[in-house]
Amino acid sequence: MAEENAIDDPMPTAPERLLPGASGLSLSAAAVAEVEPVGEEPSPLRAFWSAFSENRGAVLGLAVVVFITLLALFAPWVAPHSPIEQFRQSVLLPPVWAGGNWTFPFGTDAVGRDVLSRLIYGARISLGIGLSVMVVSVALGIVLGLAAAFLRGIVEVVVMRVMDMVVAIPSLVLAILIVAVLGPSLTNTIVAVTVVYLPRYVRLVRAAAIAELTKEYVIAAQVAGVGRLRLMFVTVLPNCLAPLIVQAALGISDAILEAAALGFLGLGAQPPTPEWGAMLADAREFIRSAPWIVTLPGLAILVTVVAINLMGDGLRDALDPKLRRS
Amino acid sequence: MFALILRRVALTVPTFVALMFVTFVAVRLVPGDPIEARTGERGIAPERLAQLRHELGLDQPVWRQFLDYVYGLLHGDFGTSIVTRTPVLHEFLILFPATLELAFCALIFAVALGVPAGVLAAVKRGSVLDHSVMTVALAGYSMPIFWWGLLLIMFMSEYLGLTPVSGRMDLINYYFEPVTGFMLIDSLLSGQEGAFGAAAAHLVLPSIVLGTIPLAVIARMTRSSMLEVLGEDYVRTARAKGLSPLRVVGLHALRNALIPVVTVVGLQTGTLLAGAVLTETIFAWPGVGKWLIESISRRDYPALQGGIMLISAIVILVNLIVDMLYVAINPRIRHG
Repeated sequence: MAEENAIDDPMPTAPERLLPGASGLSLSAAAVAEVEPVGEEPSPLRAFWSAFSENRGAVLGLAVVVFITLLALFAPWVAPHSPIEQFRQSVLLPPVWAGGNWTFPFGTDAVGRDVLSRLIYGARISLGIGLSVMVVSVALGIVLGLAAAFLRGIVEVVVMRVMDMVVAIPSLVLAILIVAVLGPSLTNTIVAVTVVYLPRYVRLVRAAAIAELTKEYVIAAQVAGVGRLRLMFVTVLPNCLAPLIVQAALGISDAILEAAALGFLGLGAQPPTPEWGAMLADAREFIRSAPWIVTLPGLAILVTVVAINLMGDGLRDALDPKLRRS
Repeated sequence: MFALILRRVALTVPTFVALMFVTFVAVRLVPGDPIEARTGERGIAPERLAQLRHELGLDQPVWRQFLDYVYGLLHGDFGTSIVTRTPVLHEFLILFPATLELAFCALIFAVALGVPAGVLAAVKRGSVLDHSVMTVALAGYSMPIFWWGLLLIMFMSEYLGLTPVSGRMDLINYYFEPVTGFMLIDSLLSGQEGAFGAAAAHLVLPSIVLGTIPLAVIARMTRSSMLEVLGEDYVRTARAKGLSPLRVVGLHALRNALIPVVTVVGLQTGTLLAGAVLTETIFAWPGVGKWLIESISRRDYPALQGGIMLISAIVILVNLIVDMLYVAINPRIRHG
């Protein structure tokens, strides 16, 4: 046990090194635990939070993401109106700061639907798409990327050539093609965007893993007889996580943007679903007469994506010791 | 080295085969009949329908259609558009320079601003400059570019009247025959006064819109890669032996920091061509992106197939070059 600990961890913790008379290798795990005084080294979660909260942008991003998530979760209670109800007496009403009234704070669209309510319900759709795509593509990316890096040979060739093919088709064109084949819907948007963004994760994990494989600690672990699965997921993977987290944060936002682009082209969520991209498409012809219905959905996308990215930056700073602000 | 290049080139062959297969199958799965899409609601006589299907080869078994398609591709025949009845390759070659010109300007905009901005931000880490660069980059890669395009049109074109709203050229005041297909070059060759300025003015907004996300990604990647490299031992050694900061950053650090950046710039080819679809749609730019989207809605199978094949071939080629560059600038891989 102790041997593996010492090899897995490229930088032995202070107590191990300071122990007099005994080298780290001969220590039992229990002894290490006893020597480590409680309170001197904060728990990983606490260390993470203190590093994360140093970055004010990240905390702000987190706050905005939590706020938008709460809005999305409690949309039926928060939104003043139904997102699809048409108030025929109040068509193209300006928002409250441009001479509108408090019944419709962000104004109404071309068929008299409350813009604020549609934006709040739209958060459900965008966040849902972003999270689903990220989770599925990260999981698949890790498995395929590590498999390519470790097994090499035919597995690597097949995986990487398929990824090359996906990358070779411009993302939006491929997404449009997939949606055209499967039919335009929210689920198919998720499928299409996942397929489109998978190669980045696979390539990134593979490249990072191959770079790690040449380092001494991996060779040391191999010499010590660590099994292949353990080597892949326990020894190497944690050292590839920093770029993966940055990519995953970017990935959520990219998924939201891609889905909005599909919605904008009429291939994502179908009317009257209050998807932000689709709202922009409906608003295009009112670019001069009703700028708020053009501006607000785009602003909603931008704010959400910026907040998620800020949070991602904070995660990177907190999780990657090399980049951590000291 | 040469063997490595050969191996990489050979590896693109299965990619192409898979690509042909997938585009063929996917395009066949698209719901809706191409003949119906052409004739519309009013219908067509059964004999004429059969004749059309025969002419287009749609009455053949699917495997036969696929083999015909592959055979054609290998002989440079990318099919004939069902709608315009012209060879797909011909249509593509007419439209592609427009997209290439736009993508090239966008990439120059992105690299010229992104790499120096990223390096400066890394070197002056924590400064006001760093924070400004990162804030702009953050807004940039978070930008829904179709909305960004609409905003720019709204402000720059409609409100300030600075730039044209759409298209590649002011066709009322200037007319000349395309020579190279690149409007900037053709306008110079035409010798007409002001033509080049008009062509450049048309390029400004689309290039900014298309270059925004690559710019942000490149700046961000350069900064984070530079920061990582600046923390390496050999950089500390270079500093310790008294090299000037410029030499340390420019020679020792930048060379290694650019390795992931080159990969990212290479991956931007796909991003640029995907972005071109939206950018060309918003600005009515007559390039291949807009043409592809129109092919999908017209159910023009051959145009869609040929177009995707040609665009993909370009991306694969660029990826191959990026791979080569990666090997050339990273000795650890070259000798590994």
